[in-house]
Amino acid sequence: MAEAKVLTEFYHLPEFQTLAGYKAKGGYETLPKALKMQPQQIIDEVKASGLRGRGGAGFPTGMKWGFLPKNGEPRYLLCNADEGEPGTFKDRMMMERAPHQLIEGMIISAFAIGSNKGYIYVRGEYVYPIECLNKAIKEAYAAGLLGKNILGSGFDFDLDVYRGAGAYICGEETGMISSLEGLKGQPKLKPPFPAVQGYLRKPTIVNNVETLAAVTYIIKDGAQAYRKHGTEKSAGTKLFSVSGNVMKPGNYEVPLGYPLMDLIMKECGGMKPGRRLKAIIPGGSSAPVLTAEEVAKANLDYESLAGLGTMLGSGAVIVMDDSQCMVDMLGVLTHFYAHESCGQCTPCREGTGWLNKILHSILEGRGRLQDIDLLIKVADNMKGKTICALSDAAALPVLSFVTKFRDEFEFYVREGRSKVKGTTYAEMHH
Amino acid sequence: MFKLSEQGLAEVKKELNRYEAKDSAIIPSLYIAQKENNGFITPDIIRHLSQVMDIPEARINEVFKFYTMFNQKPVGKYHVQVCTNISCALEGGREMAKHICHELGVKFDEVTSDGRFTVSKVECLGSCGTAPMMQVNDTYHEKLTPETAMNLLRGMK
Repeated sequence: MAEAKVLTEFYHLPEFQTLAGYKAKGGYETLPKALKMQPQQIIDEVKASGLRGRGGAGFPTGMKWGFLPKNGEPRYLLCNADEGEPGTFKDRMMMERAPHQLIEGMIISAFAIGSNKGYIYVRGEYVYPIECLNKAIKEAYAAGLLGKNILGSGFDFDLDVYRGAGAYICGEETGMISSLEGLKGQPKLKPPFPAVQGYLRKPTIVNNVETLAAVTYIIKDGAQAYRKHGTEKSAGTKLFSVSGNVMKPGNYEVPLGYPLMDLIMKECGGMKPGRRLKAIIPGGSSAPVLTAEEVAKANLDYESLAGLGTMLGSGAVIVMDDSQCMVDMLGVLTHFYAHESCGQCTPCREGTGWLNKILHSILEGRGRLQDIDLLIKVADNMKGKTICALSDAAALPVLSFVTKFRDEFEFYVREGRSKVKGTTYAEMHH
Repeated sequence: MFKLSEQGLAEVKKELNRYEAKDSAIIPSLYIAQKENNGFITPDIIRHLSQVMDIPEARINEVFKFYTMFNQKPVGKYHVQVCTNISCALEGGREMAKHICHELGVKFDEVTSDGRFTVSKVECLGSCGTAPMMQVNDTYHEKLTPETAMNLLRGMK
């Protein structure tokens, strides 16, 4: 099974970035068709396609849209382009190479949910993708594809880009809404869910870049055509961002259900010369790590990975070879989550900092054997106890790394140096 | 006492009229002010924005302090941000950051004596497949080695 290019077929063409180039490949041909449909028909088609949110949570898209109140009050469509999950770089490519694909998907989605105003919330560091989007939005307005009475349909939709300012937590949908409202990007307790009470307390749908781009394909060729890719419960294709110790890191679009080992060995050219696969984080840094033996059993779909105790997440596949020290790598992750906790919930604010301190005391040769169990205890106590999932995101890598590679942690504590590298943390990094 | 230029003031006013909630203009306005003040925000700036935007200082301040892209102290003409998160760490990002500091003779977050560079370690910038990388001001530089990174920096006047 090779790559299935539903979204990325023309990404190699530089002109695909422009309105003319996008149109030359059939772009904006689906929009008039969609605008002649009943909004409910579009929602039903998206539901029938089995499309699930591609940002990380994997919630069924059509079902999410169905949560909107039917009372006709103004509602917003918010595209989540914050992309802060370490290992993930697919949305950036989509915005740079195919901004009109996202815009067309957003217009169709907005029409389906009855929204006249949309925002694309992009992480602040993505200056070039923001430029690409702004340029494309300008082109779309000039061509009558955005604004009042789109293509004479009577439907109005305005679209704007909002630049974030550097906070991982703004990728969480309620944190993103807080940020768009000009507040600290702190998440809000759910319910109420954004579909009921979101931006400015109005109904708001938040979807990922990849999710919204897929809507166009679903309406163009139909739900059944989309379902031809993937598995029964995980339909369609998905972009996987592969990074780390492989020959050809990059973005790969494959059908859901594709074997993880094939992605690494066939699409990505395998491991570097003389190196063996040691471990993979399959769905962004918050997903529990898999050992090489587990990787051999894993397929890239929601169910297969859940069965192995991990998750598909954002589709960020982080590959580690046998030269990597798992204690050191976990230290990188605990530092990240401690840095990015928004500070709102005590178990997260204190827990992420505590995990990071314990980990670094081990790395710096001051660890005690009981610290290994303390890591597990602290992580266990953080799960499911906070407003958003950042606390879980910090706890899950700790639990999986320590459980699956315990011998490396014990060796580090006993010897004060890495079992793999043979050196101390100070020798490695100072 | 900091004051926005005429153009900056016009841009802030445009942002204030752009959103349904006035507070939504805080982040864009901080960007405008930071750019006009050579890359960092001071209490003076917060006070000025508060007057211009008619939003309490405390509100602007809490936003300013929450987000990492607003600098709380001076930075060099070139702000070199090296990613040290997991994908870059796997490919030598941390060693590259250390090398750049060593070559420029500064510690992390210090400004070089000629005022040209500040080197910071940052979390994931979404260039994981082209690691290791650094962002210099607004531009990404990817697939670097310690040597190619330094060659790039040496070419910046």
